[in-house]
Amino acid sequence: MGNVAVMAKELVKWFGEEDAKTYAVRGVSFDAHFGEMLYIVGPSGSGKTTLLSMISGILRPNKGSVVVEDKDIWSLTSDEIAEFRLSTVGFVFQDYHLFPRLTTLENVAIPLILKKLDWNESIQVAAKFLEIVGLKERAHLPPVKLSTGEQQRVAIARAIASSPDLLIFDEPTASLDGETGRRILDFVKKNILNERRCIIIVTHDNRIFEYADKIMKMSDGKIMDVEKGGSDEE
Amino acid sequence: MKGILKIAYKLLVNDKGKFAALLVGITFAVFLMVMMTSMFAGILHRSSSTVINIGAKVWVMDSAVNTTANNIPMPDYILDAIRSIDGVKYAMPLYSGAALVKLRNGVYQSVTVVGLDDTSLYGRPELIEGTIDDIYAENAFVVVKDAEFEKLGNPTRGTEFEINDHRGVIVGIARVTSSGLFGVPTLYTTYKRAIQYIPSMRYTVSFIMIEPKSSDAVPYIKKQVALLGYEALTKDEFTQKISRFYKYQTGLGINLLLMTVISFVLGLSISGQTFYTFILENLDKFGALKAIGAKGKELVYVILFQATFAALTGYGLGVGVASFLIAMAKLRLPSYAARITYANLGYAFIMVLIIAGFSGYIGIRKVLRIEPFDIFRG
Ligand SMILES: Nc1ncnc2c1ncn2[C@@H]1O[C@H](COP(=O)(O)OP(=O)(O)O)[C@@H](O)[C@H]1O
Ligand SMILES: [Mg+2]
Repeated sequence: MGNVAVMAKELVKWFGEEDAKTYAVRGVSFDAHFGEMLYIVGPSGSGKTTLLSMISGILRPNKGSVVVEDKDIWSLTSDEIAEFRLSTVGFVFQDYHLFPRLTTLENVAIPLILKKLDWNESIQVAAKFLEIVGLKERAHLPPVKLSTGEQQRVAIARAIASSPDLLIFDEPTASLDGETGRRILDFVKKNILNERRCIIIVTHDNRIFEYADKIMKMSDGKIMDVEKGGSDEE
Repeated sequence: MKGILKIAYKLLVNDKGKFAALLVGITFAVFLMVMMTSMFAGILHRSSSTVINIGAKVWVMDSAVNTTANNIPMPDYILDAIRSIDGVKYAMPLYSGAALVKLRNGVYQSVTVVGLDDTSLYGRPELIEGTIDDIYAENAFVVVKDAEFEKLGNPTRGTEFEINDHRGVIVGIARVTSSGLFGVPTLYTTYKRAIQYIPSMRYTVSFIMIEPKSSDAVPYIKKQVALLGYEALTKDEFTQKISRFYKYQTGLGINLLLMTVISFVLGLSISGQTFYTFILENLDKFGALKAIGAKGKELVYVILFQATFAALTGYGLGVGVASFLIAMAKLRLPSYAARITYANLGYAFIMVLIIAGFSGYIGIRKVLRIEPFDIFRG
């Protein structure tokens, strides 16, 4: 097991105030390590997305802290947090959020452009990542011309284009058929995960559990159980 | 920064339907504004055509006179009194009045007759045919080749007609800088012949035109003329007075102003709304950009760039279409009065910037409020 990538301490998040106050996350602590694929699983509404958002610099917790690579992210200014997301985190959103008016290649180049690489350089680097996910020939099509599985791979290429240390997937296989979902996770584990990278995946798709190094079970805003994952689990 | 603006450009322009709708709105607004203000400018310019064409530096008139079309004749002794004011190099009378011409084919046509001082012919037009001395010949008139020229049956030198039951003959054809507003042709003749042919009241001097010794003398001349009970105005002051009259006392100005305001509001709402829809439909994309790590400032640039780009493109198209239509209209209707002035282009430009600023503002407000978490949750 590698060094600690993410250290979450006593995270609490609630929504609404007074009578309408509902707790989404009720005091969660855990560590995630480099070189590891960590799954967060649990029923719908158990607080998985909320937790994921707090550790990736998207949603400010009401209590607790998140330290990523020795940085206490929630003590940063909002521009610094944006910079942290840009340089350290790669996101694969559940419904991808690809830009239909841009080509596949331009979509992948976005984080690089935001990192202020010039246009041509961004496109060149993006092409490399598109090739990694095996979509080189699709570069100049708009994403809507691609199959869902292919769109998922574009989203992955975009997430890894800026070489982030922390990769975040929310329900990556929700809109894929079983076979495609397994192929993508297999690909991620073999090609995207490395010793300097930590991947955290939220899912309730047990068909892909075999790729997990560690599985954290959540229920009602709390961690119930942490198991070692992997094919030996099946 | 350039990269993100390129993204902004593609997001805007590649959304062809929205972009087209946005351009139509802005183009339409600019087009209307330019048309309205140009028509107005053209009318105002023409309303001062006599002042512009005669070219005298200082004009004396009854202070109740608002235009060259309606004048209040002044007695002859005023002319002598003005000639004796210090600083007046010379002063000449001008006659301006309406007459009825009967063409050879029996058609009647009203005309404006301008009578020039017999000895100096001060204020004479530039002739393109004939010589000015021919104006002294019997029954001689010089016709102005302006937009109304053809209403006299495109006369040539030697063309005869009747004017208020007198015989008249064209001896020259003149060119002037500005056509008139009232759609009637203009004839020049001598002062004496004008008052002889056209029934007048007791007084006959419509305007007195002064050439001052120097421009420093003008304030003193104005004061002295005021003491005589009349008003002396420089050329610019006179045209402004005429413009003010048409703007504020005829309903013309108010109506055109209203139309301009309406076109602005229309353009503002069409483009504001379209841009807002554009932002709304791309809200999740902006949210995704934010989640990935775009900073607020960068999103502001993106939106301002898109709004400005659409506004400037619409401005160019609107001005283009307006210029084209005005040019076409002038080809077909010589008396069409629109004039595109730099001031009008400037006003339209300011308005289009306001449109861009407004659309950008509502877009920015919306986008800065998106919570990346909401995008993340889907
Ligand atoms: N913006 C919000 N406002 C109010 N309640 C919210 C909001 N986001 C999440 N919740 C609530 O928090 C709980 C956890 O939600 P979420 O983290 O999305 O769960 P999961 O991803 O496990 O399905 C749910 O009960 C949900 O209704
Ligand atoms: Mg969720």
